[in-house]
Amino acid sequence: MLEDKDRIFTNLYGFEGWNLAAARRRGVWDNTAEIIKKGQAWVIEETKNSGLRGRGGAGFPTGMKWSFMPKPSDKPHYLLVNADESEPGTCKDRDILRYDPHRLLEGALIAAFAIQAHTVYIYIRGEFYNEASNVQLAIDEAYAYGLLGRNAAGSGWDCDVYLHRGAGAYVCGEETALMESIEGKKGQPRNKPPFPAGAGLYSCPTTINNVETIASVPEILRRGAGWFSSFGRPKNSGTKLFCISGHVNQPCNVEEAMSIPLKELIEKHAGGVRGGWDNLLAVIPGGSSTPVLPKDICDTVLMDFDALRDVKSGLGTAGVIVMDQSTDIIYAIARLSGFYKHESCGQCTPCREGVAWLWRMMMRMVKGDATVEEIDQMMDITKEIEGHTICAFGDGAVWPVQGLIRHFKPQMIERIEKYRKQARVA
Amino acid sequence: MNDAKPQPALFSFSPDNLARAEKIVGKYPAGRQASAVIPLLDIAQRQSGNWLPQAAMDYVAAMLEMPPIRVYEVASFYTMFNLKPVGENFVQVCTTTPCWLRGSDEIVHACKRKLGIGMNQTTEDSKFTLHEVECMGACVNAPMVQINDDYYEDLTPELMDSILDALKEGKKPDVGSQTGRKGSCAQNGSTSLKEKA
Repeated sequence: MLEDKDRIFTNLYGFEGWNLAAARRRGVWDNTAEIIKKGQAWVIEETKNSGLRGRGGAGFPTGMKWSFMPKPSDKPHYLLVNADESEPGTCKDRDILRYDPHRLLEGALIAAFAIQAHTVYIYIRGEFYNEASNVQLAIDEAYAYGLLGRNAAGSGWDCDVYLHRGAGAYVCGEETALMESIEGKKGQPRNKPPFPAGAGLYSCPTTINNVETIASVPEILRRGAGWFSSFGRPKNSGTKLFCISGHVNQPCNVEEAMSIPLKELIEKHAGGVRGGWDNLLAVIPGGSSTPVLPKDICDTVLMDFDALRDVKSGLGTAGVIVMDQSTDIIYAIARLSGFYKHESCGQCTPCREGVAWLWRMMMRMVKGDATVEEIDQMMDITKEIEGHTICAFGDGAVWPVQGLIRHFKPQMIERIEKYRKQARVA
Repeated sequence: MNDAKPQPALFSFSPDNLARAEKIVGKYPAGRQASAVIPLLDIAQRQSGNWLPQAAMDYVAAMLEMPPIRVYEVASFYTMFNLKPVGENFVQVCTTTPCWLRGSDEIVHACKRKLGIGMNQTTEDSKFTLHEVECMGACVNAPMVQINDDYYEDLTPELMDSILDALKEGKKPDVGSQTGRKGSCAQNGSTSLKEKA
């Protein structure tokens, strides 16, 4: 088990204060200027060497993303912090925003320097009103103490950080939808290319990173790439916040080492599955978009990018949704289809129409009011949506259904047969 | 029912809100004032009693030099803008899978029974509107509801009842976890950061 001395998020539960004085006692804003004075190339290289991969779901190497930014020109560079946390099963960034906002601000300054940006926007989901309030007060404090603004934290780098609240739209967590939203438009994703590093916010070079990613950076640079990469398997480095929800005895968030076995994570930190491990039915390992895994895979799978990819799922946001034997697994997934139907931005036909269709079929599957052939038809529809939309929302919307069919087709058939039998009796 | 409340003919920001709005516009580069549309609509909605009359959208459009249709588009795209009046307490129950697994159906039922209304309805006295929402990002504290700006977490039907009773009496219930745990820490105590607990 990860030891407390190796935890980055030492105020995960809000046992201590969130303001500057308390944050400083945790080591936040310690020698920030010295880190920055080591230079842009060093910051990017050290981040690359740490193996840090984006914590928002896609897992793209952070240092590499920063290195895509062009050389400074007459156009300003922007750093966007994605705090639009909305993936069902995920509630980790919320704890950073409300209990450790200074850690995020320090990371924002360092990352802004790394991509040569003087302006940072933190885009936070509108529903996180109280969390936004803490972040804004932390920003005000940081300005008052010279940690942001001109010559931020004595680093020689000018850096303004602004908070921008959204107003309810899951799709705004998609990077280009988020940019559209900050520009004052509907949050509809843009076609790529151009990629954000070339033309992002206001058509200027832009990098966007998740809250947890940015907030991890200062501690990685203080302790060194070697420290961070000593946790987890190669290419899956570091510590990670996990959210364990659903049918466990003690739902909670916890920071653990990457590559921890799923079973160990649930049993050590979340009090085990309700009714014991053998009562487990399935787990959605990384937020709603990642395909569900049946118990036999959960017995041994490791919680990292590669291990979960190898079993045709994903680490995603590391939002672990646990379901015991009492669960109607067909409804559990159908409800996610309902979520995606509600949240589709409506721009691409396969997603707007297809996901709604999928949801209607799934609701019939819940009753069993369907034919066995329709299960395969539903799989076909998912393939028509996947990869045929502007953004990855379409993919994320169909993966849960694909996971259900892959692992629980016999249960779906059984439901259909039961329904037919009852219909005949009636 | 207060859905029938007429659209006010006029809207303008109060002096305090105008100052707030101008400060927000200043966060964005010159010529990019449209970026302030969501925050300004939020202020307008708060000033109007938690809904957005058309006059308020038109006012924001004029202030930001945007065609009104662009503002209507934004107001109708984002779910937090209420284009019709809602009750004093806007009760939004999350029913997405993580909350559903922890019993959100019972929370919905408790709200309906206590308030005597169905989904998307407002009580006769305009005190409560009930709504179903998608994931609010508090999944390890499921089930939960948001009432106006605040989250109420770790609910049971009984706890939900007492929150609604308190609100009926004009009291402000404690926000956050209703079972007394700190944030996302396990109910029985944390397995990490124990020295700080």
